[in-house]
Amino acid sequence: MATATDTFVRREMLGQKEPPTSQRGIVKWMRENLFSSLLNSVLTIIGLVFVYIVLRTVLPWVFFGVWHAGSLGECRQIIAETLGPDGSAACWAMIAERWKQFIFGFYPQDSYWRPTLAFALLFTALAPVLYYGIRHINVRMVGAVGVLLMLALWGLGTDAAHLMLAFVLMAALTAVAWAAPKKLVWLTILYPAIGFFLLWGGSVWGPVGALFGFVILALVWYGLQRQLGVVVAGGAALVTAAVWWLYVQTHVTGALQSALPLGLPPVRSDLFGGFLLAFVIGVTAIAASLPMGILLALGRRSDMLLIKALSVGFIEFIRGVPLITMLFVASLLLQYFLPPQTNFDLILRVIILVTLFSAAYIAEVVRGGLAALPRGQYEAADALGLDYWQAQRLIIMPQALKISIPGIVSSFIGLFKDTTLVALVGLADPLQGITKIVRADINWKGIYWEPYLFVGLIFFACCFSMSRYSMYLERKLKRDHR
Amino acid sequence: MSEAIVRQIDRSHMQVSDEIAIQITSMNKWYGAFHVLRDIDMTVNRGERIVICGPSGSGKSTLIRCINRLEEHQSGKIVVDGTELTSDLKNIDKVRSEVGMVFQHFNLFPHLTILENCTLAPIWVRKTPKREAEEVAMHFLSKVKIPEQAHKYPGQLSGGQQQRVAIARSLCMKPRIMLFDEPTSALDPEMIKEVLDTMIELAEEGMTMLCVTHEMGFAQAVANRVIFMDQGQIVEQNEPKEFFNNPQSDRTKLFLSQILGH
Amino acid sequence: MAYVAEAPKENFRLSMLIYDTRYRAITIQVIVLILVLLFVGWLADNTIKNLAAKDKDINFSFLWNRAGYDIGQQLIPYTNDSTHARAAVIGLLNTLVVAFFGCIFATILGVFAGVLRLSNNWIVGRIMTVYVETFRNVPLLLWIILSYTILSEVTPPPNAFRVTDDMIANGQAPAASMILNDSIAITNRGSDIPWPYLDHPMPGPVILGVPVNLAVWISLGLIFAGIYVARMNNRRARLIQEETGDRPTVWWQNLLAVVLPVALFLAWRGIHLDYPELKGFNFQGGLAIAHSFTALLIAISLYTGAFIAEAVRGGILAISKGQTEAAYALGIRPGKTMRLVVLPQALRVIIPPLISQYLNLTKNTTLGIAVSYLDLKGTLGGISLNQTGRELECMMLMMGIYLILSLIISSLMNAFNAAVKLKER
Repeated sequence: MATATDTFVRREMLGQKEPPTSQRGIVKWMRENLFSSLLNSVLTIIGLVFVYIVLRTVLPWVFFGVWHAGSLGECRQIIAETLGPDGSAACWAMIAERWKQFIFGFYPQDSYWRPTLAFALLFTALAPVLYYGIRHINVRMVGAVGVLLMLALWGLGTDAAHLMLAFVLMAALTAVAWAAPKKLVWLTILYPAIGFFLLWGGSVWGPVGALFGFVILALVWYGLQRQLGVVVAGGAALVTAAVWWLYVQTHVTGALQSALPLGLPPVRSDLFGGFLLAFVIGVTAIAASLPMGILLALGRRSDMLLIKALSVGFIEFIRGVPLITMLFVASLLLQYFLPPQTNFDLILRVIILVTLFSAAYIAEVVRGGLAALPRGQYEAADALGLDYWQAQRLIIMPQALKISIPGIVSSFIGLFKDTTLVALVGLADPLQGITKIVRADINWKGIYWEPYLFVGLIFFACCFSMSRYSMYLERKLKRDHR
Repeated sequence: MSEAIVRQIDRSHMQVSDEIAIQITSMNKWYGAFHVLRDIDMTVNRGERIVICGPSGSGKSTLIRCINRLEEHQSGKIVVDGTELTSDLKNIDKVRSEVGMVFQHFNLFPHLTILENCTLAPIWVRKTPKREAEEVAMHFLSKVKIPEQAHKYPGQLSGGQQQRVAIARSLCMKPRIMLFDEPTSALDPEMIKEVLDTMIELAEEGMTMLCVTHEMGFAQAVANRVIFMDQGQIVEQNEPKEFFNNPQSDRTKLFLSQILGH
Repeated sequence: MAYVAEAPKENFRLSMLIYDTRYRAITIQVIVLILVLLFVGWLADNTIKNLAAKDKDINFSFLWNRAGYDIGQQLIPYTNDSTHARAAVIGLLNTLVVAFFGCIFATILGVFAGVLRLSNNWIVGRIMTVYVETFRNVPLLLWIILSYTILSEVTPPPNAFRVTDDMIANGQAPAASMILNDSIAITNRGSDIPWPYLDHPMPGPVILGVPVNLAVWISLGLIFAGIYVARMNNRRARLIQEETGDRPTVWWQNLLAVVLPVALFLAWRGIHLDYPELKGFNFQGGLAIAHSFTALLIAISLYTGAFIAEAVRGGILAISKGQTEAAYALGIRPGKTMRLVVLPQALRVIIPPLISQYLNLTKNTTLGIAVSYLDLKGTLGGISLNQTGRELECMMLMMGIYLILSLIISSLMNAFNAAVKLKER
């Protein structure tokens, strides 16, 4: 050993050496992760035994399951023949026979391409929202959706004409994504009308007329906002549009329909069911609740006492009652609150109440995003002379919403799972509604694991992938903010 | 810190005119029960470069934030460029579009590019056409010597560069008065100089400036007046030479000995 | 110092309502108020018209009418001759009892899973991850219905438990047998578990139709007294530690203080377990628990447990590694580090989401109607509503009660948050 006073200069640098055997490879990994202490070793063994027992029971049951049979009895017979009298295995034949019902409810078979296309367009419409103007991601996303759509349509046995139509449409959208990715946002704006038209069908002029109302709204607002200010102009625009929607639209669209009858065969709401219903309710409610949630969040942060009190009251009321009670309000009470003789279908009523419900939750998510913004952003916007709405629109909201996306996705997951509750007010959700119908079928009476597993698996796939996506976004946001 | 000022300063444009830019008379402000600003009287002529210093909590930041009404005063009068700051929104908007402000923490908008940061207010507040706003922005960005960063995002720039962008962003509104709220306090030492250089250039062009800073070198080189504040009141103001060499008040002496002492 | 007078008073102009920050806020609020009142008025007007059209009124007197339906699970006496109000109370109690046990089980599960998920044992961590992700990503309703279906369709009927003389003669076993040392019977009708009874019960007065069981209250009193004694004992131990540096061992004294008096009291009253027994076509004795309750409790505990596990994991992860390292560097042993440094901080992070999970759990008990569990939603908002046709009244009452429950829980949360908030500038 050199003493402290010795000088030392290294002439040659040391190379890297291999760590000792106990410090690398599988041995190190096992030592650290499975057998680091006595307790851990015991836990490992218990865990392994547990996994073994579960897999030994589940795997044969799943893999020896019967795919082709006409009834549960037939299934049991086949299983008894192949596995012996004590054998137990799944009866997937029920899924093979009924899976379309689980997904589409009672939607007319020959129109399955419509919800499928609407679903694909939904993702296309989401692309510019999530990745605004980023060409390669938009192209990839739209392209992938196109390919999946073609596969799905082919799997559903769609006829060649509709396949061709879908192909042309998706190819065109991919081209748009490549040529002008920002233009895709128009699809997003038009999507509510497109989606409605595809799902419910009827005359094409209805949705066009409704959209035209929004065009009126935008034009009036834009024309008046310089003179009257954002809020007053907004009110005036809303009134004009409402006049159009309530009194003028039906006459105009009726005339147009008789002049140029275009449309799809209408589909009644009560035919909607299964995952189609869950998606329609979930997606509509979350999309419709965003603007309302943003306003509520702003209201809750307002200095104005009355507005703050109203927002807080609304949010806390909604968050304080269970969703089921809201659904029962939709099915039992809404008829009391609307003018006599107004009667619209249960799905729409449920969507309205679910929207109110999720708006309160979205408001809290957005409030979190707003609170995460440093005060300096508000001050800089003020110092540059931007007014409140300009500051919100140009500075605050773009940032706050970006921070809130993971929270919004989580809200959507919660809402999507909660759509199963609509069965309790008599709609045919995939879990209660459809499964009950299947289990009431004389052929499949007494089956329980298979339908619940199937429905659970689809829910799991949707929710799990969404939650992973939101976690990925969260990590990415953290990185970007550093 | 005076070694940061290496360049010889051209004072030819730094003329102080008789025209009054800001007039504050017996202004008071409270945070709850706490009296932050006490009886402030102050007149700033066009072309003046004023440095405000003082110990932390002395109210100097609050004072300049009152000038564009980021903070509201409770009594007294503030007149900026002939416009009195009252609760009238139109007046507030007018003052804010004429007074530029640079913050300690830059407060750039992280979701917008540098260029968009600079054109935002001209487009939405001044209603300038986009092309023209971009030309003006590029002009000022080259002036603060970072035109090549125009399409990057604030997060990709160093602190000094961000602060220079913040200055350019304020200049794009063509302000007649610039307020600086400790513009160099959040910067690493090697970046302070580039920001101070930009500010000196601005002073040389005759901009009216109010600057809260602890950069005494900058004060000596550029300011025509130094104001010392303590406990919410103006304790002493004087020409920089007199202020540093011959302080009158005991508080000023104590403060100067603390920041220049070592 | 002299203060100069205010700026000269301006004359009020109408444009100031919009452009003056002092009046602008008031103007906006007045407009909003008018709009809100108009909206509420419109709703009220519609409601009145609709009620008139249906020849109905708003009247709560139906609550005192005979309910006329049976409720399987009742914590306080109830017959179908009782009133709707009493049925609602039964429902509320059923809600509360599921929520109460659900919170306890979910917390135990969640803390276990959350901590184990962080353990450095790879396989245990993975198992817990699978648990958490499976339950979090599948609707609660599925778990409730699945547990109920399995409980009621897979389990044997009571007569499968029967042991006949022939079987004994032939040495055959019955088709089904009770579990846990012949104490619990799970049949397709429900679960029967042993239940404690006293040889010398202590009936008390009947208050509002609820017989008071004095023995229960005395036991509870003794336990609380024991806890108080234990706390005093802890304080004494801390004082000794502060003075001498040595902490006396107190845990067994505390345990005795809490357990012994109750045990003695109950022994004096002659406590014994009553086991369920197959008599005739059904099990008698012990306590019969409906499958709807069990299924709801199992599902809701597992489901909420998964969320609580995430909260616990998040809380522990939120405490930076630096805190642990600083404690180690001071020479504090890992166990004490956990107790003195990590947990107090982690609890601060964990408790708020934990309580919001309790809130969710309480609201989720309404899903019990899917398996006909008669909670508040099932009684007041279900059968009573359908029988009387009083939708408005029943729904208003029910939402009000849920709201009050939520407010109570969230005000507890806020009180707790305020108490533990880190003192910061």
